[in-house]
Amino acid sequence: MQVLEEKHKLATRWFHWLNFPLLTMMIVSGMLIYWSYDPYRIGFGGVTLFHFFPDWVYNSTHIDHKLAWGMALHFLFAWIFAVNGLAYVTYTLVSGEWRELWPEKKSFAEALQVMKHDLNSRVPLPAQGRYNAAQRITYSAIVLMGGLSLLTGLAIYKPVQLNWLTALAGGYEWARWEHFWLTMGYLGFFGIHIAQVIRAGWSNFRSMVCGYEVTNVQ
Amino acid sequence: MSSNSKIPLTPEQELQRRSRRSFMVLGAGAVAGMAGLTWVNSGPTEDNLPARLRSALGFNEGVVRTALFDNSHLAKTYPASAIGEIKVNGEFGMDEDLDPASWALEVTSFGATRPSAKLNMDDVRKLPRYEEIINFKCVEGWSTVTQFAGARLSDFTARFAPGSEKAECVGMKTPDEAYYVGLDMPSAMHPQTLLAYEMNGQPLEDEHGAPLRLVIPVKYGIKNIKRIGSIEYTNTRPADYWGERGYDWYAGL
Repeated sequence: MQVLEEKHKLATRWFHWLNFPLLTMMIVSGMLIYWSYDPYRIGFGGVTLFHFFPDWVYNSTHIDHKLAWGMALHFLFAWIFAVNGLAYVTYTLVSGEWRELWPEKKSFAEALQVMKHDLNSRVPLPAQGRYNAAQRITYSAIVLMGGLSLLTGLAIYKPVQLNWLTALAGGYEWARWEHFWLTMGYLGFFGIHIAQVIRAGWSNFRSMVCGYEVTNVQ
Repeated sequence: MSSNSKIPLTPEQELQRRSRRSFMVLGAGAVAGMAGLTWVNSGPTEDNLPARLRSALGFNEGVVRTALFDNSHLAKTYPASAIGEIKVNGEFGMDEDLDPASWALEVTSFGATRPSAKLNMDDVRKLPRYEEIINFKCVEGWSTVTQFAGARLSDFTARFAPGSEKAECVGMKTPDEAYYVGLDMPSAMHPQTLLAYEMNGQPLEDEHGAPLRLVIPVKYGIKNIKRIGSIEYTNTRPADYWGERGYDWYAGL
């Protein structure tokens, strides 16, 4: 028999779909700011394997020479991004749904099994609740990273008034470095997330929008 | 017994109905979001920034000034070994060579309509000398640990423009008035705000703003005006070179 099964709560879906454009705005306006001083790279000593970012990125996206606008956008949308993120965390804690999200002791071993399954579907997927072990770890990490982005952002924004926070981040320059690499982390997450969503198929994607999926029960 | 004339939806039909509605909400939300973003960036501009973004900066300034700013919050200071090589990053207002003999600092006290004092470097040097090694932060994102020495702007104000602390703002200009900054009074009176005449143990060089420049660690570098020619205490926000070019007037750290 087919039944309608609730996969994602209304609140979770709203927080998710608000966060997506908000985080995009934060990244784009952050890029407008980063352009004016772009020292980060992957490399060692004098060898640079990849510079963030090569000229073709700036030239093709036209993000150059927009520092003032970028700062204004960043410091406006940061409020909305923070409110949505904090509301999500509060909701998850109060509703108890964090129990379905936060990694359990066994999650770290199981996540390996999930990865093996993803690479070779003959490996069975471990039994799971709403989220599998890899999802628990990744989605929890993303929420933590959001908190760290807020804190390192504040450490860069007000390094004198919040000098204790800047010190906690390891200083002004480290705070900017951390803020940047957290952002690169989101881009990496986004790539994997989209690939997994495509792999999981339409019904799964639709359940993130409307909340439900049709499942077969005995 | 009454019977419902409608045939109950199958789970698949119910899902179709729900998802149609949800995708319409998602689409409407996307349109609303784009409209909101367009709205924020449209409308009149104020000093080369969309006025609505300008108000957001003003809102942030209000939050910071009421909830966060305190003169006891100090910029971190460093040992001499941390001093780096600061780059020269602004020559506005310094096109002409400086004639040290003809340089004078005009001070207009709060409420005065004409300059109330004309000072030379000896007047400034008579004030207590303070040294600080701070991380000088450019709005572009880079920063360099630098040593400065000079007189506190608060001491200067008490000595040469007594009573002017009551003003809401301070404005400073280069002698040719090509570069100018506006400061809020609390930041101007911060104990680390100096009128500096020495940098890294040497007399201030021309390219770094000789003979007298502002060092204000609670602000980005754009506010740290070089080669000050005049100081005015006022209640109206003084013009600010980069504030007129799209940047936050407050620019506080």
